[in-house]
Amino acid sequence: MTSGGMPVPGRARTPDHRQESTNLADILERVLDKGIVIAGDIRVNLLDIELLTIKIRLLVASVDKAREMGIDWWEHDPTLSSGERDLAEENRRLRERIGALEQARTAERDGASREVEPAERGGRDG
Amino acid sequence: MADALVYLYAVTDADHPEPAVDAGVDGAPVRRLVAGGLAAFVSSVDPVRFSEEALRRSLEDLQWLETTARAHHAVVDAVARGGPVAPVRFATVYLDDDRVRDLLAERGAAFAAALDRVRGRVEWGVKGFAVPSAAPAEPDAAPGAGPGASYLARRLAERNRAAKGQEEALAAAEAVHRELAAAAAASRRYPAQDPRLTGRREEMVLNAAYLVADDGPLRRVVEQHADGPVQLELTGPWAPYSFATLEEQ
Repeated sequence: MTSGGMPVPGRARTPDHRQESTNLADILERVLDKGIVIAGDIRVNLLDIELLTIKIRLLVASVDKAREMGIDWWEHDPTLSSGERDLAEENRRLRERIGALEQARTAERDGASREVEPAERGGRDG
Repeated sequence: MADALVYLYAVTDADHPEPAVDAGVDGAPVRRLVAGGLAAFVSSVDPVRFSEEALRRSLEDLQWLETTARAHHAVVDAVARGGPVAPVRFATVYLDDDRVRDLLAERGAAFAAALDRVRGRVEWGVKGFAVPSAAPAEPDAAPGAGPGASYLARRLAERNRAAKGQEEALAAAEAVHRELAAAAAASRRYPAQDPRLTGRREEMVLNAAYLVADDGPLRRVVEQHADGPVQLELTGPWAPYSFATLEEQ
């Protein structure tokens, strides 16, 4: 079976384990979003489904797109973000602050040393 | 007890071969209904489980959704192996067989046109992932720069490289898509999938479907870009989900 499910004679099967069964996201984006839309007798608007609009559509859509839509619950959902993203972000901010502080100190020191050894240190700071 | 409802999977030519599939959604056998020179593949579903209220609830249940979506796909896929098919959107349910036959008779011309557009063609999916850029080159740190300044310079260089890599990958994805589209009868773009779904850390920069009679040219484009900034993944063949549409009459 290929990813789409239909057999292709003579085509080598990829060793990728995700090809074992067709990717659920690929199926969902097709069966939920594509295919011929006809009004059945049982009226279920897939767009009205909370889980579909919020979870499935979000998972299928890109994170950026979801953010544009104002959906960002997963960023605070520990089961999804597992806090790692927040920690990484915090680390990044802290590193930037340290960097900025270090630079300020270096500049101060350089400013001071420039008066003493202008020939050696001058013209470097930008 | 109310009569069973009828779940519709796909519409085909009337003489379409029997699909090799054990069961449809909810485990019921797949049947063929014929009217107006067309066939509809359907199965009976429980009137309680497939009532509007129950469906609304079930659709919130990921487990049910996965099982049912896979069952729906399995039927459409099996039908598609036999010839041109117009897959119908998930969870399209009718009160009885006659209602489906009425649909075939009423929209016959539109269905026939939809089938003609996909006749002899299948859908292939192509996903493109941004290839992470090579090992970071050391920025030209000014000799004797303080650790803070070096750090900032490195951060800046990293950020610039990431932004540039992203831009390049997106531009490359556009170029690849244009080539793929040129090798296809039709194409559709999908939104990029979330990394949690793709299971990959690389960002998806292309997610598209192409309708082709022969997948050779499509494969050649994919192969030509094997070493490019976008790693391409081909999936398929799919039933023409992305290309079966009823034109307004």
